[in-house]
Amino acid sequence: MSQFIDRRTNGKNKSTVSRQRFLNRFKKQIKESISKALSQRSITDIHVGEKITVPKKDINEPFFHYAPGGSINRVFPGNREFSVGDTIPRPPSTQQQGPGGEASDQGEGTDEFTFEINKDEFLDFFFEDLELPDLVKTELKAMPQFQNVKSGLSLYGSPSNINITRSFRKALGRRISFGTDKRKKLKIAEDRLSGLSKKIAANSPRRLRLKKYIAFMKEKITAIPFVDTSDILYNRTTKQINPSTQAIMFCVMDVSGSMDEAKKDMAKRFFILLYLFLTRSYQKIQIIFIRHHTSAKEVDEQEFFYSRETGGTVVSSALELIYDIIIDRYATNDWNIYVAQASDGDNWNADSPYCQSLLKEKIMPLVQYYAYIEIMPRHHQSLWNSYLTVKEENSNFAMQTISKPSEIFPVLHALFKRKAS
Amino acid sequence: MKTKSTLLPQSSEWTFESLLLYEKAIGDIAKEFHLDTYSNQIEVISSEQMIDLYATTGLPIHYPHWSFGKQFVNTEKLYLKGYTNLSYEMVINSNPCISYLLEENSMTMQAIVIAHACYGHNSFFKNNYLFKTWTNAESIIDYMVFAKNYIHKCEQKYGANAVEELLDACHALRNYGVDRYKRPQKISLHEEEARQTERAAYRQSQVNDLWRTIPENFKKKQHLGSKKHRLPKEPEENLLYFLEKNAPLLEPWQREIIRISRKIAQYFYPQKLTKVMNEGWATFWHYTIINELYNRNMVSDSFMIDFIKNHTNLVYQLPYDNPNYYGINPYTFGYRMFSDINRMCTAPTDEDKLFFPELTLKEPLEALDFAMRNFEDESFILQYLSPKLMRDLKLFAILDDEKAPNIKVTAIHNSAGYESLRQLLSQQYNLAFVEPNIQIYDVNVNGDRSIILRHVQTDHRPLDEESTEKVLHYFHALWGFDVVLESVSAEGTVLKIFRCPAIERPSTSESP
Repeated sequence: MSQFIDRRTNGKNKSTVSRQRFLNRFKKQIKESISKALSQRSITDIHVGEKITVPKKDINEPFFHYAPGGSINRVFPGNREFSVGDTIPRPPSTQQQGPGGEASDQGEGTDEFTFEINKDEFLDFFFEDLELPDLVKTELKAMPQFQNVKSGLSLYGSPSNINITRSFRKALGRRISFGTDKRKKLKIAEDRLSGLSKKIAANSPRRLRLKKYIAFMKEKITAIPFVDTSDILYNRTTKQINPSTQAIMFCVMDVSGSMDEAKKDMAKRFFILLYLFLTRSYQKIQIIFIRHHTSAKEVDEQEFFYSRETGGTVVSSALELIYDIIIDRYATNDWNIYVAQASDGDNWNADSPYCQSLLKEKIMPLVQYYAYIEIMPRHHQSLWNSYLTVKEENSNFAMQTISKPSEIFPVLHALFKRKAS
Repeated sequence: MKTKSTLLPQSSEWTFESLLLYEKAIGDIAKEFHLDTYSNQIEVISSEQMIDLYATTGLPIHYPHWSFGKQFVNTEKLYLKGYTNLSYEMVINSNPCISYLLEENSMTMQAIVIAHACYGHNSFFKNNYLFKTWTNAESIIDYMVFAKNYIHKCEQKYGANAVEELLDACHALRNYGVDRYKRPQKISLHEEEARQTERAAYRQSQVNDLWRTIPENFKKKQHLGSKKHRLPKEPEENLLYFLEKNAPLLEPWQREIIRISRKIAQYFYPQKLTKVMNEGWATFWHYTIINELYNRNMVSDSFMIDFIKNHTNLVYQLPYDNPNYYGINPYTFGYRMFSDINRMCTAPTDEDKLFFPELTLKEPLEALDFAMRNFEDESFILQYLSPKLMRDLKLFAILDDEKAPNIKVTAIHNSAGYESLRQLLSQQYNLAFVEPNIQIYDVNVNGDRSIILRHVQTDHRPLDEESTEKVLHYFHALWGFDVVLESVSAEGTVLKIFRCPAIERPSTSESP
């Protein structure tokens, strides 16, 4: 007796728990892999999975097994040329080859075990160092919000979407057009009837025939359905990403000699986080990279993170450039402008007051949010103090000193809070 | 034979209707060949579900563990990149016998798989003596439900980490969780649950008794026995069993989890010992049954061409010098062994009469059935490997002695070599050829409670040091006191000693 069952509709994720445990167990290695990946990825590539490599020796499940060696007499198939007593030089690799290859199956083979994690898992690991609140994590990972927007009418739909006014109007039109001919004939018949001379008897065949015809016509007119299925119109809606607006994100970084790799790495995480936030709110985001030492320059991402410069620091050069670009290319009303600035706090002393006035008077009125981080400064310099006064006057200006990744989030905190409310 | 048959559906796409028709036809023929099976539960699954099953070695229910996640991730990667094909079917030794068919299979493949798994493997599971003795097809699914729930409860009570560490240790030792010589008791869910609490209490009391260290008692013991109380009385091969019963520091739930992992190991044990026979039997019968369908005009020529192509790929044996050679193909070897038995019963040559006089007189079905029921790979080869098959496969033996500069051919497929080849090949399927023979030798009951394991070498083969040390580490975690592993030559000389903890503690550590 046999029975067939179609299991295909059952879930396919039986191994999810085990898989999750596997990822947890090798968290350390995975995070190393991710750190490496982060340094090689573009900011805008943050939304894809990642290939993870873990050393095999960490991942092997040990069991008692033989090492090569000893004196083994083994049987092989496919003899062509050998006779008993032949000696053969030992082949270079004397690997274990038991029946079924069990020993070599899980034993030490290649050095690395690679696998892939998906986008969500990647972000999870990325968020972990940043110590984001859970609400923010879900927000960042969530799919873009859609909104149903009215987009005309349709002949098909569900009863709850019937557009009554339009359906009735259409029904009325149909009733009029279908009935015109009949009403005309009715009118002619009625005219004729009333036009007959009184001499003709009430029960004369002519009068009776006309009366019958009129009754028939009236019936035909009333038989036109008041509402027909073909009249009914439905409201149509389409999904639209909400809100469908665009943003500009300025990444500003000090690239003077004192910004080393570790500081740049931290800055990169900061930029990525802001970028992620913006992708939740805006459909289209343009990133503009501005690096500066004594003079500022608009560059591509590669140059932004990887080329080195030395020399002094004049922050105002970057601020001027931001302002020029905004005025040149982006009319404020159409664009939401965000600025993220990372620096180690160095600035030419005389420049700081100028920065302060630039920000206050020119830039802050144009931007949605300005976030500034100072990474591992030796001590706060004049720039910090100038910025503090900007902060006092502008609620959309945030600044923070950062020595480890978990301190990045607070600088964007106000931003997220606003979004949530 | 009666032939009132009609052509089965010939479309290469299967439907549930056509599966039913094929299954019926194949089942009828299997019955005529006296294949005795459990009833079949045939499930069609998607490739993702097959990858899930791979992770838990085919069991549809299993407790979660990171190693299954690793297996899953690995299979998924290889599959998605196209490095590997998934197997066409998976079959579980259970009653009813659950077989999984992959939805991508063509109609021909589904027919082969039904004959192969649902009648071939199924009848082997039901009738081979190893499966009958060491596994209980009725209760395995129920037992896995129990195991999963029990481990889940433990995770909630004692933390997932504690359970994971314990399972890691059990998994490392799972090849040593079977009584090979003692016949085990049957497992059943209801008994298992009912007796579990009782057993835990009892077991704990036994262990406590064993390790009682109240000075009075200790003194008494010293007075009473100048004879050394030896534990275990005989060397114990079932390491997990010994730990479950005797490790002094374990909690009752830990003992239960050890028990679960050795019960699962025991369930898989017969499959390790019958790879050749099991696959051979299933392959022999799918070949025979499908040919019978053809003889009865139930399938078309194009179906047969498709079938023969698939079958030929399955039973292809790569020669030893092919770069992809991975050992003797169990499908080929097993299939040819059973075909050879069939041949010797139906058309024996003079040579067969000389080598297998009793076989040449038997009914083929009877001889095949007997061979399937009463052997495992090692004894099966020893009993039935014929000179003809050795010649067909062109078998030869090579002695690889690490002390000699060259390797040497010791036997080939000629009359001088038959006996030796058969002996050697049979030994190759002895478990000791694959898994080192390691047993518990002694426990220092009255002293520091250290435990001594012994590895008796076969063919002078050494243990892999790195993995051995890691496994001993796990063993130490379960035992709780020093663990020593002695690698001993066949003659009894100690050749190498592994210790965990690695650094030997001074023996006078007990003095105040």
